[in-house]
Amino acid sequence: MPSLKDLRNRIASVKATQKITKAMQMVAAAKLRRAQEAAEAARPYSERMGSVLANITQAIGGGGDAPALMTGTGKDNVHLLVVCTAERGLCGGFNSQIARLARDHIRRLLADGKQVKIICVGKKGFDILRRDYASMILDRVDLREVKTLGFVNADAIAKKVIHLFNEGAFDICTLFYSQFKSVISQVPTAQQIIPAGVASAPAAAVDGGNAVYEYEPEPGEILSDLIPRNISVQVFRALLENAAGEMGAKMSAMDNATRNAGEMINKLSITYNRQRQAQITKELIEIISGAEAL
Amino acid sequence: MAEAFKFELVSPERLLVSAEVESVVIPGAEGEMTVMAHHAPVMTTIKPGVVTVKTASGGEERYVVFGGFADIVPAGCTLLAESAVAVKDVDRADLARRIQEAKEDAADAKDDQARSKAEQFLSQLTTLEGAILPA
Repeated sequence: MPSLKDLRNRIASVKATQKITKAMQMVAAAKLRRAQEAAEAARPYSERMGSVLANITQAIGGGGDAPALMTGTGKDNVHLLVVCTAERGLCGGFNSQIARLARDHIRRLLADGKQVKIICVGKKGFDILRRDYASMILDRVDLREVKTLGFVNADAIAKKVIHLFNEGAFDICTLFYSQFKSVISQVPTAQQIIPAGVASAPAAAVDGGNAVYEYEPEPGEILSDLIPRNISVQVFRALLENAAGEMGAKMSAMDNATRNAGEMINKLSITYNRQRQAQITKELIEIISGAEAL
Repeated sequence: MAEAFKFELVSPERLLVSAEVESVVIPGAEGEMTVMAHHAPVMTTIKPGVVTVKTASGGEERYVVFGGFADIVPAGCTLLAESAVAVKDVDRADLARRIQEAKEDAADAKDDQARSKAEQFLSQLTTLEGAILPA
């Protein structure tokens, strides 16, 4: 049985912890709002990019002059996985969910006899994947120093990937990140970015009509300029979604922690009060029986 | 007064302009072009340069863009810029840094094609610097 002093100390320490988790929750909530705004602000660009790409691929009609980034190498022996996770923990199952999805994917690929290479974005994913697949990790991108996620960060990652592709280091590239559904639900997602499967977006036809475009310079040339940029945009979007998702996960994790701490404090105070009462009773009995003995 | 049309200037980070405008001057890869309402559908890449927007209310705004492309349809014009800032907010140091990087790229280029591309980009940047410096 812990002494009264022990209990008092425990209660104090749990209270301190609760204060911290509460503060972290509020910070996450504020950051979440900012991350969501950033994700929202980036949406028009990627939407436009999608519709323009759909238009232009239609114009080319899958002709032979589509760049290799779009058609792929025609093989699927070597896979590159870009795994985007958070830089910090304390956000529930956020990082491990993404890592688990990536790990399942890797296992499947290895079982099929494919070669796997990994680029880790974010420290946490690296820490998890390093345990099993250290030899496959080509590179890791550290975004810890980055205060606000900019397009340049995504562009740097995309350039790295494209550079590797041009060297023939891999055939298929898949991006792993967590899609931000809501504050309480983030869905880990795998998205293939090379070769770029351009979804035939029906929305594209709406504003452009089926107008015959003039291209300046040639469509093929525009496309070869556009595809790398599209990859950057995809990465950027993944990073933004991740940032929002991380904050959402952190918020709910910290909310849970605060609540748990509250429960714990209640339980501990009940034990503390009972014990104090018991001690008082005991002391009274001692005094009374002492008085009676006289 | 010319007819107005919808113009959007979008950078990956945010939507900069979305307004009814009279005309827009775009630094296209193959020469500057002025877009007005009912322009034939054109898609063009753009080089680093200044975009001049004449709004429907008569004002004029200027933005610096660093590459990107424009999607022009009769009903409107969308400019997807890699990065874009209003001319008055241009960060001289940032521009100087970009020029420095371009210079390094040109010096590092492995083959002739890459070098000429890098040099072209560098010259576009320096022209741009010249164009906005007096402003």
